[in-house]
Amino acid sequence: MSTATLAPPDDERKRAAIEEARVRAREASALLGPGIAGPTAIGVPARRFLALIWTISVSEFKLRFYGSALGYFWQLMRPLLLFGVLYLFFTQFVRFSNVHLYPVVLLQGIILFTFVTECTQGGVSSLVDKETLVRKIQFPRLAVPMSIVLTALFNLTLNYVIVILFLVIQGGRPHWTWLYEFPPLMFALIAFSSGAAVLLSALYVRFRDVRPIWEVILQMLYFVSLILIPVESVPSHTLRQILVMNPFAAIVQQLRHAVIDPGAPSVTDVLSSDWLVLVPIAILVAIVVVGYVTFDRMAPKVAEEL
Amino acid sequence: MGMLPHLPWMPEVKSPRPAVVVDGLAKTFTLPTEQVHTLKERALHPFRRSSMERLEALRGVSFVVEPGEFFGIVGRNGSGKSTLLKCLAGIYRADQGSIHVNGRLSTFIELGVGFNPDLAARDNVTINGVMMGLTPREARDRFDAVIEFSELEEFVDMKLKNYSSGMQVRLAFSVAIQVDADVLLIDEVLAVGDAAFAQKCFDVFYRMRDAGRTVLLVTHDMGAVKRFCNRALLLERGEVVDFGDPDHVARSYLELNFGYGHAPDAGPQDDEDTRERSGDQAAQLVDAWFEDEDGQRVETLVQTRAVRFRARAEFARAVDHPVMSVLFEDADRHALFATSTEWKELETGSFAPGETATFEAAFDVPFAPGRVYATPVITHRGAGMKVIDRRDRLVSVVVTGTHHSGGLVMVPHDVSFQRSGREVSA
Repeated sequence: MSTATLAPPDDERKRAAIEEARVRAREASALLGPGIAGPTAIGVPARRFLALIWTISVSEFKLRFYGSALGYFWQLMRPLLLFGVLYLFFTQFVRFSNVHLYPVVLLQGIILFTFVTECTQGGVSSLVDKETLVRKIQFPRLAVPMSIVLTALFNLTLNYVIVILFLVIQGGRPHWTWLYEFPPLMFALIAFSSGAAVLLSALYVRFRDVRPIWEVILQMLYFVSLILIPVESVPSHTLRQILVMNPFAAIVQQLRHAVIDPGAPSVTDVLSSDWLVLVPIAILVAIVVVGYVTFDRMAPKVAEEL
Repeated sequence: MGMLPHLPWMPEVKSPRPAVVVDGLAKTFTLPTEQVHTLKERALHPFRRSSMERLEALRGVSFVVEPGEFFGIVGRNGSGKSTLLKCLAGIYRADQGSIHVNGRLSTFIELGVGFNPDLAARDNVTINGVMMGLTPREARDRFDAVIEFSELEEFVDMKLKNYSSGMQVRLAFSVAIQVDADVLLIDEVLAVGDAAFAQKCFDVFYRMRDAGRTVLLVTHDMGAVKRFCNRALLLERGEVVDFGDPDHVARSYLELNFGYGHAPDAGPQDDEDTRERSGDQAAQLVDAWFEDEDGQRVETLVQTRAVRFRARAEFARAVDHPVMSVLFEDADRHALFATSTEWKELETGSFAPGETATFEAAFDVPFAPGRVYATPVITHRGAGMKVIDRRDRLVSVVVTGTHHSGGLVMVPHDVSFQRSGREVSA
């Protein structure tokens, strides 16, 4: 421990060792080409991304299923209770007598809206909620909001069982057309919800007031998305057109046409033009693209910004 | 260090492909001094540039880790160790420079990432395994092995929140080692916990290294660096300040911490020259240290383990039968234990100028946990024991142990408590 042994020769040795390491690293890295990229939205093996989403969602779903004694029952109760209240209101006080199978239309609207709510409200704070994961381990960041969407999708599937049951009880019947009309509409719904969830989760990392703002927007969405009020009851033609340009309203309306009552007006009927359908589609695509691009930019920095 | 000069035109097979290459890595954080966290604040003060503080966590860090190497990364708090680890793990993106990892990388930054207290062991093992990079099928297939290693067979169906924290750590560690990675990044957080578990962890890492995996260990524990690492790197303020032999790096680390030599603001106990030194200097005590059974110098001692204290004297003048002693004290200068060649009736012999001699005291560490200082003294024999050289607190070590003895020393002992036969009184 004497000072003599720590004099300049040691500094010399350190400098030489550090320099040698630097040269060796430079040569090796030149040989190896580009290195690891750091955190990303999806990551290279897409399989891992999917496995991750699946595993997280299944466990979340299990939690809710087994969490309380009445697990799944409560999961159903929320939309059903809301439905009960609204059903009473709209059959006893306000009546849409011209709408075929209105109760089923209402129920389907509610479960679709529940899905969007679950995706986006869970999505907003998802990255922040999973802070410990994000800061401690490398994994595709997009798995966080997407697993919320998948969990919500499990719930939607179960809720749809009730809708179909209710449809049959109310005198409706399954159609062959479901087979090719239902999947693309579900795809559009998932694209809309996940696009919004992904965008919100990325924004929320920087701006914490995104959550209250989104809650207000969600309230508005509830009233303008043709859930309570059937499109036939909207007085002006222009207003009907404008309402259906909202991609979520378009999906709700089209699902009503496809699943419940082929006699109900489709989106093209409401817009009374084929090419105007491109407007809600364009908005939908824009939400997805903006959502993904924002998230992709944010992904490498999330761990630092949290 | 056995590193072959590697030139670009040489075919790659000449030397094995390095396990990890970090070339000129830089990482800067911009920390807003006043964090703007809402849109409202943005909207109200659109032109106010929030003042940013730049923190250069890493500045041009370069090193290469060869396959099968046990590599230590050491540095003080805030030196950039964790940032380096997170860049390697892919949690932070590098600002400059590049990182190459050859093969699958597994990070042991924190155990049990993604554990959910409301789920049973089986689900948690799957989630954690998938997070660490296994496929769900692999994670399920390895469940039995995980449970076996963790010795938690009886508690498989219990919710994690009902596990003791020790059981949770055992489960998490068992999952972590099931991930077959080629390169392991290990943070020292693993080494905390009880001594037996830390030892088990290191045993596993050693086995993995013997199986050809590469291990990068981030730590404060110089004992671990010297014991396990082939080479090490010392970071200070985001730069590599020493590289190579673990003994050298460990010493540089201690120099940094205690500012030997070049720190003007070093505390009084750090500056050797101001430490009390007395005697007629017929001989000088030039060095003193503690070493373990393998002859490695150590900075920490483990209670009840064997240790040797050694001190070296250089004779400036001829001395007949010097007496060498050592006194061990705690931080409050309580004398804990002393011994001497005289007490053991050792004939030390006669020394000529220029000769050196080494004193050794071997014992099993009896001290209570804490810092212990050694003061070696060399004296003339005879009445009065005239001091030749006395170096007050020349060296110190930290004693670690699981039991506080409640006193200054730990005495090996047994305890029993038995019911005694009742005395029947009349």
